[in-house]
Amino acid sequence: MEPTISFFSGFAPKDLLFLGEAALRTMWISILSISIGTVLGVVFGWILYEGKWAAALTVAPILDVFRSVPLIIQLVLFYNFAPIVGLNLDPFASGVVILTIYTAALVANVARGGIEAVEPPMRRAARSLGMSYWQDLRYVVLPIGGRAVFPAWVGVALGVMKDSALVSVLGYVELLKASQILITRTQEPFLILSIAGAFYFALSYPISRYAASLERKWAQ
Amino acid sequence: MIEIHDLHKYFGSLHVLKGIDLNVEKGEVLSVIGASGSGKSTLLYCINGLEPVQQGNVVVDGTDVHAKGTDINKLRQQLGMVFQQWNSFPHLTALENVALAPKIVKGKSKAEAREIAAQQLKHVGLGDKLDVYPSALSGGQQQRLAIARALAMEPEYMLFDEATSALDPELVGEVLETMRMLAEEGMTMICVTHEMGFARDVSDRVAFFHQGVMEEIGPPEQIFGNPQSEHTQKFLANVR
Repeated sequence: MEPTISFFSGFAPKDLLFLGEAALRTMWISILSISIGTVLGVVFGWILYEGKWAAALTVAPILDVFRSVPLIIQLVLFYNFAPIVGLNLDPFASGVVILTIYTAALVANVARGGIEAVEPPMRRAARSLGMSYWQDLRYVVLPIGGRAVFPAWVGVALGVMKDSALVSVLGYVELLKASQILITRTQEPFLILSIAGAFYFALSYPISRYAASLERKWAQ
Repeated sequence: MIEIHDLHKYFGSLHVLKGIDLNVEKGEVLSVIGASGSGKSTLLYCINGLEPVQQGNVVVDGTDVHAKGTDINKLRQQLGMVFQQWNSFPHLTALENVALAPKIVKGKSKAEAREIAAQQLKHVGLGDKLDVYPSALSGGQQQRLAIARALAMEPEYMLFDEATSALDPELVGEVLETMRMLAEEGMTMICVTHEMGFARDVSDRVAFFHQGVMEEIGPPEQIFGNPQSEHTQKFLANVR
């Protein structure tokens, strides 16, 4: 039977390029959110560690909200309600904002754990050499605690990279959204999702490998 | 000179130091002995400002350690401290461990800091371990590394807080030997210790602490040969 409509067409090589571009967008939104979120998260972690009850009453509950509410709900709520307070952000910017806060909320607890991993006697020894509080944090706590929680941080980073797929609900054409578009046209979900999965794997795997090699180097 | 006047220290409601008066002259080696919990380690922490005090004061070369406005980080450069746990920085080699504080605290150049570090590591007998990470060093070597790290700041005083207590018995000797060497070089030292042999042979004076009070102080011959206080006699009878 002759096809009566031409909306559907098979998977073509140029579609691979389309997916590749989308993968770059996934990478870009992930790099932005994870970097900014990590910096913020470390600051929040430090506040949680040093702030004691003041932090327990202020920062901690806010971070708990962002850690506990499903990311997809956060994205939809933020994207639709931010304009009410005059924030007209496009899907990409909204995605970055929410993914950043989400990363920060997860990293905060990792960072606090890292600071706690450096025993008080170690820090006293650093201070006894004349180091200031900040020098102790920068040269002793950051490298020692950072290494202790590095695997946990890699887990957060990889998680956020994969969760960035949810930004597709706002219409941002990253890897998952691009796949959905192609599936609609080609009707070949198995093939396209496999390719998209391979792209995600290609983004994550070098990070895991690099992290593992760093850990081996530190373990010596 | 370190002058301690009517020093009181509380941990909560626990009265740990009950009015300590003590002067340590330049070049003197003072050993502080006494049972655990007698306040002798706390005394060291108060001397270099790691613990706040509630009454009295500690004056180091004319500077009140606990006064507002004292640059404690600068003052601590005069007061090297070695702890029971050696606390080597695990992410740095022996050389980097020792070079770190001269570089970031004193602002020495990298080359200069490394030279000082290499010199101090040789000084404590670790000249062949410069590029080794602490994890590959024995406890005794790590404690000597900690001594070198403190010495690299060129302090006027060295405070030893039970520097050999956490070591395996066969490693105690090398650390005591290093401390003995420093004493012979004329370093001013306050050593909180359980090593009675060291206290007797190396110290100019020995102080005995009991429940937050300095019960007795005097030359080692007096403290070990003819102790005056009943508590000192009892303590020494038990450790012998």
